[in-house]
Amino acid sequence: MSSSDGTYQLTVNGEQRTVDSSWIGESLLYVLRERLGLPGAKNACEQGECGSCSVLVDGVLVCSCLELAAAAVGTDIVTVEGVGELSPVDDTGLTDVQRAFVTEGAVQCGFCTPGLIVAVHDLLDRNPEPSTSEMREALAGNLCRCTGYGRIEAAVEQVVEVRRG
Amino acid sequence: MADTSTRLSSGIGHSVDRPDGVAKVDGSFEFSNDLHHERMLWGATVRSPIPHGRIRSVDIGPALAMPGVAAVVTHEDVPGSPVYGLITHDQPVFASEVVRYEGEPIAAVAADHPDTARRAAAAVIVDLEPLEPVADSLTAHEQPPIHPDGNVVRRVPIRFGDVDAVGDVVVEGTYEMGMQDQAFMGPESGMAVPAGDGSIDLYLGTQWLHEDRDQVAACLGLDDADVRLHLAGTGGAFGAREDVSFHVHACLLALHTGRPVKMQYRRDESFLGHVHRHPAHMVYRHHATRDGRLVKVECDVVLDGGAYASSSFAVVANAARFAPGPYKVPNAVVNASVVRTNNPPCGAMRGFGAVQVCFGHEAQMDKLAAALDMDPVELRLLNAMETGDRMITGQVVDGVAPVRECIEAAVAFPMPPERSDDLFEQPGGAGRTADDLTIRRGVGVAVGFKNAAFSEGFIDDSHARCRLEAGKVTLWCAAAEVGQGFVTIARQIATEVLGTDEVDLVRASTVDIGSAGSSSASRQTYMSGTAVLKACQEVAEQVRMAAAVRSGLAVESVGLVDGCVRSLDGSLDLAVADAAPDERFEADVRHMHRDTFPLDPETGQGDSDVTWIFAAHRAVVDVDVELGLVNVVEVTTGQDIGRALNPLHVIGQIEGGISQGVGLAVMEEIVTDNGIVRNPSFTDYLLPTMVDMPDVRIALIEQPEEGGPFGAKGVGETPSLSSTPAVAAAVRAATGLDLPRVPIRPQDVALP
Repeated sequence: MSSSDGTYQLTVNGEQRTVDSSWIGESLLYVLRERLGLPGAKNACEQGECGSCSVLVDGVLVCSCLELAAAAVGTDIVTVEGVGELSPVDDTGLTDVQRAFVTEGAVQCGFCTPGLIVAVHDLLDRNPEPSTSEMREALAGNLCRCTGYGRIEAAVEQVVEVRRG
Repeated sequence: MADTSTRLSSGIGHSVDRPDGVAKVDGSFEFSNDLHHERMLWGATVRSPIPHGRIRSVDIGPALAMPGVAAVVTHEDVPGSPVYGLITHDQPVFASEVVRYEGEPIAAVAADHPDTARRAAAAVIVDLEPLEPVADSLTAHEQPPIHPDGNVVRRVPIRFGDVDAVGDVVVEGTYEMGMQDQAFMGPESGMAVPAGDGSIDLYLGTQWLHEDRDQVAACLGLDDADVRLHLAGTGGAFGAREDVSFHVHACLLALHTGRPVKMQYRRDESFLGHVHRHPAHMVYRHHATRDGRLVKVECDVVLDGGAYASSSFAVVANAARFAPGPYKVPNAVVNASVVRTNNPPCGAMRGFGAVQVCFGHEAQMDKLAAALDMDPVELRLLNAMETGDRMITGQVVDGVAPVRECIEAAVAFPMPPERSDDLFEQPGGAGRTADDLTIRRGVGVAVGFKNAAFSEGFIDDSHARCRLEAGKVTLWCAAAEVGQGFVTIARQIATEVLGTDEVDLVRASTVDIGSAGSSSASRQTYMSGTAVLKACQEVAEQVRMAAAVRSGLAVESVGLVDGCVRSLDGSLDLAVADAAPDERFEADVRHMHRDTFPLDPETGQGDSDVTWIFAAHRAVVDVDVELGLVNVVEVTTGQDIGRALNPLHVIGQIEGGISQGVGLAVMEEIVTDNGIVRNPSFTDYLLPTMVDMPDVRIALIEQPEEGGPFGAKGVGETPSLSSTPAVAAAVRAATGLDLPRVPIRPQDVALP
C-alpha cells in the first residue's frame, strides 16, 4: 500500500518492509540499498546495461535500477540476500549456485557476483540443463570485467551436473 | 591442531577458496559504495562540460541556497597543495583558471540526498570561455602549451647497437590503438569521516593506500598521520584506481561540514573521472636477414597522455623498452614520446605501454613473415628472446625467459572444431545477420612481454608484519585487494611457512603498517607476497630457536621443513604454529627488489628493470567479411608465470586478461570528438559479454623465478598483452586486409 506522504510497503525476500519518507522517484535499487539495508544488489551502471543490480520481481529477472520502487508495491521481490528462498541452502546458508561460485573461482572483485547469482538461479529454474549457447545468451546481460566468464561458466556447469544427480 | 604429517592443502600450489568468497556471493561483502553512516551527506562533483576553456566565474550561490545542501567547495577551499598527481604533481584539485579536459572537476557539493547533491551540482553556475582544444596528439608538441609544464610530458629515445644497420628485407607499417577504458564494475566511491580533531579517515576503493594518503594529506595541508586511509571493498581496478579522483573532494566536504561524506561516481562520471589507456600512434620499420633473423627495429611511438601527466612518465618508457617485442634484436632506434592534449587524461591500464607496442611489433612480425615467405610462428621461434639476451636498453635478461615455450604451448592446442549451424556461433550471434557464404575463419598468433614491478629506480617497497600467538597467525600488509586475490595468496604463504590455516589478514590501511606499493605492474604477489613470506620466515626462525631451547635440543639439530619444526632425531615434529603456543612471535619486514636505474636520456640505455614476464596467444576467429562482424571462437595461450601459487586464481587472471585483450581488439574504444567523449556509458562503450568471450585454453609455463615467492612471477598483465594482436592477426588472416588499427570496427572490415 502506498500513501501520499511517501510511505509504502514492499515485500522483499518474503518480508513486509515499510519504506517511509521516500522521494517517489527513487529506484528500486536505491530503496533496497539505502533505505532497506539490502546492499547486495549493486549499482555499477544504473542504466540497465550491466546486470549488477539484478533482482526478481514476481519471478521475473529485472534490473532494479530501472524499476521505480513505488511501482513495485504488491509484488514479491527477491534479492541476492533472499536466494535461499529459491533453492535449498547448505549448513553455511549458501545455495548450490553460491557455493559453486566460491569453489569454482567465479568470484574475483565480486561486484557483478550478486546480480549473477540471482540471474543463474533464474536461468536454472527456467532451464535446468541449458546448452552452453543457452547459458551464454541467458547470462549475457550480466557484465563481469574480472573473470572473462570462464569460471562463471564452470560454476554453472557444476551446479547443473550436481542437480542432475 | 594442524596436521603435521603432510603439507596443508591450503598452502602453496593449491586452489584455495577466496576468504572473502562467501561474503561476495551472499551479498554481505561491504564495497566502498555500500558504506553507510547515520549522519552522512552525499557528495557530487561539478564538472567542466567542455575540454578546454577559461573560467570567467563560478557562482555557487544558487547551489548553496537549495534546501538540503550543506556545503559547496571550490579551489578557494583547498588549504594545501592546489595540485596532485601520481608521478608528476600537475593536476588541480579543482580547476581555477582553465579547464583542460571534459569532466574536469570545478567544485563539489554535499547534500542530504544523492539526487539533491546532483541537482545542486547542476545549479552551480560556471561561466566558461571556450578555447580551441588541442586534440591531435601528433601535432600537440607544436601547439600552444595547454599547461605550464608544456605539451610534451616525456621523450624516451633508445639507441642500441649499430643504428645504421640495414637488413636484406625491410618491412614498414603504421599502427594505431584507440583509447581503452578499464571499466571496472564498481564505480569510484568512498566515504570521508572527520574525526572532530581536524584529522580525517577516508574509506575507499583504491590500488595504493599510502600513495593516495600522501597526495590527499598534501592537498588538505595536514600531516600524513592525520589522514588515515582504509581499504573498503574494491570493485576491480585495472589501473583506473591508481590516481586520486574524488578523494580530496570528499575530505574537503567532510571537514567543512563536520559530517561523514559519501561520494560515488555514476557510470558516465566514472568514464570522465579516471585515466584511460593511452591511445598510440606507431610507425615501425623492421630489418631482417633473408633467413629471417632480425637485424634492426626502428619505431616511433606517440602516446596521447590527455590533459594531465598521471603515470605517463612510466608508460612511455615501457612503450620504448618493449617496442621490439621479446626477440633477439641486435640494433634498434626508438623514439617514444607522450604528449599533453585536451583529451581525457590517460595513465595506467593493465600492461601499460607494453600493450600498445605489442600490437605494433606483432603486426610487423606477421608482415615480415609474409615478406620472407616464412611461417609466422617459425619466424617468432627463430628470433625468440632467451635468458642471457639483451634488451634494447642494453640490460641483460637474466631471469627466466621461456618465450619459445610460451609460443610452442599456445600453438600446441588442437584447433577448435569447424563452425556449427548453431545460430549463437555465427558472427553477430542469434540476430541471424551473418551469411554462411561470407563467413571466413582466420588464425593469428602473437607474443608479448613486460617488466614486473616498478622500473627506472622508482622506490618500490612493500611492508609486512607477521604475528604468531596461541597457534594463530595475524598478518598486516597494506596491499590493496582489488579482486586479484592477494588476500588468498597472503594466507597461503603464511600457511605454507607456519603450518596452520588459522591465518587472519588485517584490513589494509595506512594506520598500522607501511606502504605495500601499488596493486599494479603485476607486482603484488611478487613484492608483497615476498614481504609476507619473509615476515613469516622470520617468525618461523624465532619459533625454531624457541622450540629447540624448550626441547633441550641443539639449535642446529632443529630445522624447518614443510611448515614444521623438526629435529634430526625425530623427537620434535610439530607445526611451526604449534611448537611454542604460549609464546608470542612477531616480525616486521620491508622488502625491496634489486636496484633499478633510470634510462639514459640520450641513448635510453640502462638496467631499468627488475624482471620480465612473457606470454603467447593464438586466436581463431570467424568473420562475416561483408558485414564486418567478428566472432572470436577461441584463444589459446602459453603463460610464463614462474609458479602458480593458486592455480585457479591464476587461470582466473588469465581468462580475465584475455577478455580485456579481446575487447580491445574488436569492441572497446572511448570515442572522442575534439576532446568530447561520445560514449561514456555501457550502452555505447562495448564490453565483452559471456556471448562475446571465446573459449580459452591455457598452458601454464612454470619455471621458477628467483626473486619471487616460491618462484612466482606475476600474472596480472601478460594475458592482456598479446591477446589483442593475436585476434587482430586472425581477423587479417580471415579477411586479407591490413587492419592497422584496433579496435577493429565492422566498417574497417566491410568498407575498407
